[in-house]
Amino acid sequence: MTNQKKATSRRGALKTLAGAAAGAASLPLWARYAQAQSSEPIKIGFQQHSTGIGAAYGRWYGRTTEAAVKLINDGGGINGRMIELIAEDDGTDPKRGAEVVEKFANQHGCDVGFGTLFSHVVIGSAPRAGELKLPYFVVSEGHHVASGMLNRYTLQPGITDVKSQVQAMAPYVSENLGKKVTMIFPDFAFGHDHRDFFSAAIKEQGGEVLEQIAIPPSETSFTKYFPQIPRDTEVLYHVMVGPAVLTFVKELGEFFGDQGPEIFGFIDSLEAVDISSPGLEFLEGTYFWEGMPRYAQEDQSEHEKFYREAVGVDENGASVNDPSDVSTYAHMFGCWETLHVIKAGMEASGYAGPLDRAKLIEAVEAMGEMPESQAHPQGAKRFNGKTHQVFGHQHISRVENGRLVRVHTTSIDDTLYPDEVDYTTQPL
Amino acid sequence: MEFGPHLILATLEGAVTAAVLALTAVGLSLVFGVMRVVNIAHGEFYMLGAVIAWYVAQMVGGHPALGFVAALVIAPLVVGVLAAAADVTILKRIEYDPERTIVATIGLLYIIQQLTLMTYGPEARPVEAPFNTRVELPWFDWFETLFGMAQPWGWSITSYKLFVIFAAGAVLCGVWAMMARTKIGLLMRATQADRDMALAFGIPVERVYALVFGIGAALAALGAVLIVPIQQAHYLMGVEPLLLAFIVVIIGGLGSLPGTVLAALFIGLSDGIISVFFSPTLAKILATLLVGLVLVFRPQGLFGTRTA
Repeated sequence: MTNQKKATSRRGALKTLAGAAAGAASLPLWARYAQAQSSEPIKIGFQQHSTGIGAAYGRWYGRTTEAAVKLINDGGGINGRMIELIAEDDGTDPKRGAEVVEKFANQHGCDVGFGTLFSHVVIGSAPRAGELKLPYFVVSEGHHVASGMLNRYTLQPGITDVKSQVQAMAPYVSENLGKKVTMIFPDFAFGHDHRDFFSAAIKEQGGEVLEQIAIPPSETSFTKYFPQIPRDTEVLYHVMVGPAVLTFVKELGEFFGDQGPEIFGFIDSLEAVDISSPGLEFLEGTYFWEGMPRYAQEDQSEHEKFYREAVGVDENGASVNDPSDVSTYAHMFGCWETLHVIKAGMEASGYAGPLDRAKLIEAVEAMGEMPESQAHPQGAKRFNGKTHQVFGHQHISRVENGRLVRVHTTSIDDTLYPDEVDYTTQPL
Repeated sequence: MEFGPHLILATLEGAVTAAVLALTAVGLSLVFGVMRVVNIAHGEFYMLGAVIAWYVAQMVGGHPALGFVAALVIAPLVVGVLAAAADVTILKRIEYDPERTIVATIGLLYIIQQLTLMTYGPEARPVEAPFNTRVELPWFDWFETLFGMAQPWGWSITSYKLFVIFAAGAVLCGVWAMMARTKIGLLMRATQADRDMALAFGIPVERVYALVFGIGAALAALGAVLIVPIQQAHYLMGVEPLLLAFIVVIIGGLGSLPGTVLAALFIGLSDGIISVFFSPTLAKILATLLVGLVLVFRPQGLFGTRTA
């Protein structure tokens, strides 16, 4: 098997040569020198939630990542070298996550690790990545990177964190929906970020959180939690993950019927779920946070259009091959953008191999504004090199005629908060 | 929410849990009672039932009721036949030795789970309920100074959940009738009472074993088909029912069907009520604590008979 893979065919060799030559021609002098050293592929270890509670995300993170790798490789790769993606399933499990990171560093000889979503897996894996000095690019949304909990080798340059998201949502919720909020969230790190930061943010807006209802992410039936919702609730704030999100939303509808408070949810509660599923009619008129609007909006940018097509998503946010296979559209752009950040970082640092890992970290830390482009189809971003966290625009959509229609977009400034850590002071 | 409506809602939710749990646990208990086999793979037969229900519903199409009824017949049948085949090919070969059957069924658990993962995939998929209307429950109370009827939000259940409770009750009556009133039930009871004597009287014990193992698995699958329109078919969904079924069977007494049903009712209802008023985690803690107490003070279970 291994021998077969390594064997070079004449055609393959010609292809690589042509690609390398094209790449080398467009590079500065020192990079050509690096190219002369190695034309081995750059190995990116992709920590994928193929199984376990994150499987739906894992499937779409996979498709997005493959599309981005293909785009980068078709364009000549990174520093003239092709990307080789090495995907390992972590079972959405923190312990296996750390093992996968070890495999990337020691067994596969990966240049970087990439792609982890679920916050408990990130928190379980990042310390190992730090010890092994493996640059670890997570696509997770959790506040754990910017909170200072992790280390200098862990970065989140492709997706915004929960703290900035909820801080930007709170003014809209309190002005348009109500001030007395009850929160339902999954009972692990990601949900606790929602609990802590939204409670604080809504208080700042003069509102209050009446009740906080935590649900284990592996739960399968939900009605038994809902009676805890106080009667004077004006807004129900929900965010849920796991294989049973459809059941969660359905039971929410069965519980309220046509009465109940205003509902504001994070699209996480509905990622990979068709909004027109039977039982979800009650969502009409309710609001959702979206990282990137699932349904193609009227003013969709050319970059987003290109991205949508490259990944294979139709204008309803489902797979072009199977309209019932709904994507995790609000999150998966993070994989695409993170890969482009890795590419930009490797090119800026003249990355030639694992010995240059520290230079890569410094190059990414030096990034600031990232304009909207093919590399950043979700929109412009601002990277904070000290906290290793990126900031960007957030969207609020309303369900109208069974489609999510964007009604509000925040500015990047709405999402900023004071630094809680300076990773650049840590040794590399 | 007010105490009264809250309690009734909790009881109804608990009753749904109890209904499905009773079916699953009775299957487990039957297998242990007659065959003395502790079937660790029982939860996976439950999961298979749900997954097959999804496949059947996909293939039948049309009105959701058609697919559901077809699944209700086909899924338990297929799972039953699979289990009987596993009995003949695996358990019989190791001569139903208690330790080896445990190891063998653990192996079976992983094989079924991973094969499902490889074919059906890691997604959770829904089966549409044949009917599912929201039933509002009226509540009478004093409102300010007036006595009247109100329909506060949250005060409801769906018709399908009520159906699950009744359907499970009907199936359990059927199991009881089979055990008590039919010839095959008599053969099973005879085998349970004394295997060697049954063999001496010409009862085809091996065929009874295969049948019992099949029926036990089919009951689990039936429970899963009933629950899959409420929850969703997922390759890991067999883990929790297995734990709960063991809890129920230990409390009720391994091999005692009435004990199992009563314990399922007790655990299901208390799970619903404690979950609503306190937390679902506390419900699990208390159930596990109860198992510990039963094992210490009454190892044969509340309704079991002591065996040598």
